[in-house]
Amino acid sequence: MNEITVKVGMASCGIAAGASEVYEVLARRQKESGGFKLVSTACIGMCFEEPIVEFSGGKLGTISLGAVNPAKVEEHLRDYLDAKLPDANIILADHYDGKYNELLRGQTRIVLRNCGVIDPKSIDDYEAHGGYTALRKALTMDPEKVVEEVKASGLRGRGGAGFSTGLKWSFAARAQGKKKYVICNADEGDPGAFMDRSTLEGDPHNVIEGMIIGAYAMGADEGYIYCRAEYPMAIRHLTIAIQKAEEKGYLGKNILGSDFSFELHIKEGAGAFVCGEETALMQSIEGKRGMPTIRPPFPAERGLWGCPTNINNVETWANITYIINNGSSAFRKIGTENSTGTKVFALAGKIAGSGLIEVPMGIELRDVIYKVGGGMKTDKPFKAVQMGGPSGGCIPASLLDTIVDYDSINATGAIMGSGGMVVMDSGTCMVDVARFFLNFTQNESCGKCTFCRIGTRRMLEILTRITEGKGEPEDLDKLEELASNIIKGSLCGLGQTAPNPVLTTLRYFRDEYLAHIEEKRCPAGVCTALLRYEVIPEKCIGCTACSRKCPVSCISGKVKEVHHIDQDKCIKCGACYSACKFDAIRKG
Amino acid sequence: MEQDFSQLTESIKKYRGKPGILIPLLQEVQQIMGYLSKDTMAYLSRELDIPAAEIYGVATFYSMFKLKPQGKHIIRVCKGTACHVSNADGIKDALKTALELEDGEDTTSDMLFTLTEVACLGCCSLAPVIMIDDTTYGKLSPDGISRILERYAYEEGK
Repeated sequence: MNEITVKVGMASCGIAAGASEVYEVLARRQKESGGFKLVSTACIGMCFEEPIVEFSGGKLGTISLGAVNPAKVEEHLRDYLDAKLPDANIILADHYDGKYNELLRGQTRIVLRNCGVIDPKSIDDYEAHGGYTALRKALTMDPEKVVEEVKASGLRGRGGAGFSTGLKWSFAARAQGKKKYVICNADEGDPGAFMDRSTLEGDPHNVIEGMIIGAYAMGADEGYIYCRAEYPMAIRHLTIAIQKAEEKGYLGKNILGSDFSFELHIKEGAGAFVCGEETALMQSIEGKRGMPTIRPPFPAERGLWGCPTNINNVETWANITYIINNGSSAFRKIGTENSTGTKVFALAGKIAGSGLIEVPMGIELRDVIYKVGGGMKTDKPFKAVQMGGPSGGCIPASLLDTIVDYDSINATGAIMGSGGMVVMDSGTCMVDVARFFLNFTQNESCGKCTFCRIGTRRMLEILTRITEGKGEPEDLDKLEELASNIIKGSLCGLGQTAPNPVLTTLRYFRDEYLAHIEEKRCPAGVCTALLRYEVIPEKCIGCTACSRKCPVSCISGKVKEVHHIDQDKCIKCGACYSACKFDAIRKG
Repeated sequence: MEQDFSQLTESIKKYRGKPGILIPLLQEVQQIMGYLSKDTMAYLSRELDIPAAEIYGVATFYSMFKLKPQGKHIIRVCKGTACHVSNADGIKDALKTALELEDGEDTTSDMLFTLTEVACLGCCSLAPVIMIDDTTYGKLSPDGISRILERYAYEEGK
């Protein structure tokens, strides 16, 4: 019989949900009586059910339990050892009837294949799951052959823009220069995106191995992983992984006895969204203000310290080992003609199954949200899905049959982006969402280009005015004009895409803008200045709860009599709305 | 207040004369000194022969660098999309009230807490989220804020 193994999901989100306590209980139990192997793994993607514990090796096979209580985990272990099935409510996935089996079946895992499966701190575990076989294979191939293979796979940059990875590699490979660099862009800055964090926390070696293969293919001997400092666990796991890979001869001089050498460093970001742009990122590695530079020259000709450089995103690098091991044709079989392979998405917002998923390209957005994502979190209906963060846009319900591939998503006005997918329901105000993203890009604009620096500020002012009920009829035209000028007048992707959230919401939710401007009304009930709280006389029982909570004493009424809100005095704080237990206060 | 720069000798020795060191150096110096004062930056400029304007330019470009003294505990309110649509503003207001911060203030008068915003902590499934030092707190509601803060105040015996 196999050894009993207990895995605890210990990624950032797991720990925030209390996984450490669960792990400690199990560790103590193991120290006292043994009888099982305890493994800390990373994110298996079902963040909404953390802390997650997986039992395997027993008579019941593999069972994952969700929302595990530290006080109950010993009981679960005992039950598992006795082959007794736990309460069905907490079984996530198994061979029986786990409630999320359906959710997992919709996925195809290439990038995340080891996440939540292996111990990310153990290189032995990675090797046991086929790790570093792709590197061994690549080293037997000609470097040009490796580039060809990646080109043939059709892989496109997963950072958002979707440029052909193989083509990009061929530029750097062809470039003249004694010294070349490869860089991994792990400066994941889009609000609402955590794919790269989870990938690096859960399977750092896969990214590193991809980079070593890329360096070999392009003739680079040094590389950097530029990682956000806000991701301490990702940096910790990468540091351990690099050290172990050096010890085993996968990194350093004469890798695996070949004459290929490669050195890899980690650079911590210091908090600037624009550094996700490749030229700004290189400026930042050089220790300067991270401001984009004019292209051409492209990094492939003149990049870091003036040397030919290739930059790819975490997820792009994480696809390489699969392509080398299984061949480009196996990769092409997944996805669509022009968008091959899979895409990792971070599902968040008003969706039941928020977390990390990997789906084949070509899947309908509807299936992503309702099948893989488990549908909406509450009774409120679906309104839009935001893709691509501050560079992307909001896709409305009428376009849910759009398939996930670069060209189809671009046609909606949003972009594939790096993989943030924030689901919004009827309680989300689209003008407020547009204002939120503009506020973000306006803050993060590096200030180099006038249109980006000042244009986004003017757009933000207009949007803020609209949400405060001071919008004017010509504001929408002004927004569109500014948007088109910012797109034309900006050097880098940040400015060129900054207006997208406004343009897509104007395109699909124009009536909501008009309601704010013409009727001074926020249909979603979000924009405070436009809200009105009223007592519904039929429901009010006169309990006085609201008038006692009101900070400006603008609610009048005697006990057991219908109350009244004085609209002139009301500051729209919403205290009465939260205080009322009888739904007798209307917000709108 | 005169600052003691002798604790920076090691860091300066480690980085002097090497290319591209400014950001890691400033990160290390901030770790030691708590923040980057004008005097600290002037001192680094002299010691490393890097123009003070360049150091100041980098220090003001990246949000991680702090030019004012910081509280003992740093509270980061996540302003990511998922948190925004889950009432992150309400959480921030509750924190401001609990910490008795006026508009424009970010550090409490007893220097125990500094309140800042962060673009996204990447724990979107737990929205709304805050991070106090290295600990993440998720699925918050404005009412629950004071209970979390009490724990830190208690450690200080307050």
